[in-house]
Amino acid sequence: MDAPAVKAAPDYSALPLSELDISDPRMFQFDYWHGLFARLREESPVHFQSDSPAGPFWSVSRYEDIVAIECDTETFSSEPAISIIDPEPDMILKMFIAMDPPQHDDQRRAVHHVVAPRNLKEFEALIRRRTVEVLDALPENEPFDWVTLVSRDLTTKMLATLFDYPWDERNNLTEWSDMFTNDERITAGEGLKREVIIEHITACLQRFTELWHERKGDGGEAFDLIRMLQADPNTANMVDDPLTYMGNIMLLIVGGNDTTRNSMSGGVVFLNQFPQEMEKVRANPDLIPSMVSEIIRYQTPLPHMRRTATRDTEFRGQRIRQNDKVLLWYVSGNYDAAAIERPNDFWIDRPNVRGHLSFGAGIHRCMGNRLAEMQLRILWEEALRRFKTIELAGEAERTCNLFIRGFTRLPVRVTRF
Amino acid sequence: MTVVTFVQHDGSERMVDGDVGLSLMETALKHDVPGIDADCGGGAICGTCHCFVEVSGDLPAPDSQETAMLGLRPDRAENSRLACQIVLAEGMADIKVRLPEFQM
Repeated sequence: MDAPAVKAAPDYSALPLSELDISDPRMFQFDYWHGLFARLREESPVHFQSDSPAGPFWSVSRYEDIVAIECDTETFSSEPAISIIDPEPDMILKMFIAMDPPQHDDQRRAVHHVVAPRNLKEFEALIRRRTVEVLDALPENEPFDWVTLVSRDLTTKMLATLFDYPWDERNNLTEWSDMFTNDERITAGEGLKREVIIEHITACLQRFTELWHERKGDGGEAFDLIRMLQADPNTANMVDDPLTYMGNIMLLIVGGNDTTRNSMSGGVVFLNQFPQEMEKVRANPDLIPSMVSEIIRYQTPLPHMRRTATRDTEFRGQRIRQNDKVLLWYVSGNYDAAAIERPNDFWIDRPNVRGHLSFGAGIHRCMGNRLAEMQLRILWEEALRRFKTIELAGEAERTCNLFIRGFTRLPVRVTRF
Repeated sequence: MTVVTFVQHDGSERMVDGDVGLSLMETALKHDVPGIDADCGGGAICGTCHCFVEVSGDLPAPDSQETAMLGLRPDRAENSRLACQIVLAEGMADIKVRLPEFQM
């Protein structure tokens, strides 16, 4: 891309609606998306953009409209893809996130138990131990990169723990996850070509297939996600259908990676921007679960999901045609004053704090939400217990990706009690 | 007055007086009855107020959205409902619901 990097928020109030570019990931990289979506919510809540690197698409920006479309799965399908990029015909992974009922429901039910609260209790002590190790190893009173040393390291270790993945190979998981979502068409040309991504998917499938066969029948207890799939009659032979096995593995890896990682970083930023909220949670650590929900809203690590119109339809006065791509902007709905009181405030004990759209809504609502909340809760319980201060020590660098709102670097300084 | 009984997964019971116009979900929250998360606040879009209706009079059948959400539950039973979709009405018979081990 030859366009210069936009560092300051452009003046959207002066631009005609047709010139707003809602496909440019730099709106997240340089954090100028607020004004853009504020205008869409106000002036064009169901908005058509005729051209982008991934083709034309609609943007839905109001909370209420996003929910309405999420609930009409017959008109607004999750097939063939939930990102703006269509899948390659030779590599259509079978993921229930990109399926409609009834197939979606069957597949989701089959793997739901791996992240069900009953199993989470088994993981909690282990996750806490890993979290403590990571926090105790942080340098004191000197700047370090929170993304590398905390968010990334911790989510990698948690993923490796959940899969019981070979510990010394664990960075594979994060690297694969990053590659899957790093398509050049949603990263202002900075990401990977589709062919390269497919090579990585193939390598990932190969490793997970080996692990499946190593574990099958070895008598180990079903505490990891692979053994849980093997132990359930509905999924006991999933490895025989590589596209389904890989689809589920990828969902679990990607779903448990960027989302949690970027919320772990976002929390530090928000608590620094709103020091009175830090005081509140210090005074009353019982607010941590509520704060975790507010962090997840405020971050909205997955800014949108895509649906595809199954027929010509009219929605809020707009004529949407069959096969049109419709992007549901959770990040906008989460800041819609019509649904969220004082949306721009990071307010850790706000009323109805769990009523955000970061997990989506309806039948595709995030299956791993309780796991994500638990990971973040443990991080903040342990961090607030041992650090007297957690301060930003420089400029944050944000991710350039239309599908992911996150941080690539976050200089932080901590002091211990 | 409709009396609502919530039965926890461990078998403990709690009886409360229902208010006309409140849903079972809202009734539970009003009386601090645990076991119902109600993330979405009552729109049948999160599924975290799942309950099993043990005793009741005639109830309106679940609509398509509630049915869709119930369809995701691995622990769905014949008497599964979302507590946010059962609204207490004048003259309604007493109702008893069991809560699942976990909401998810």
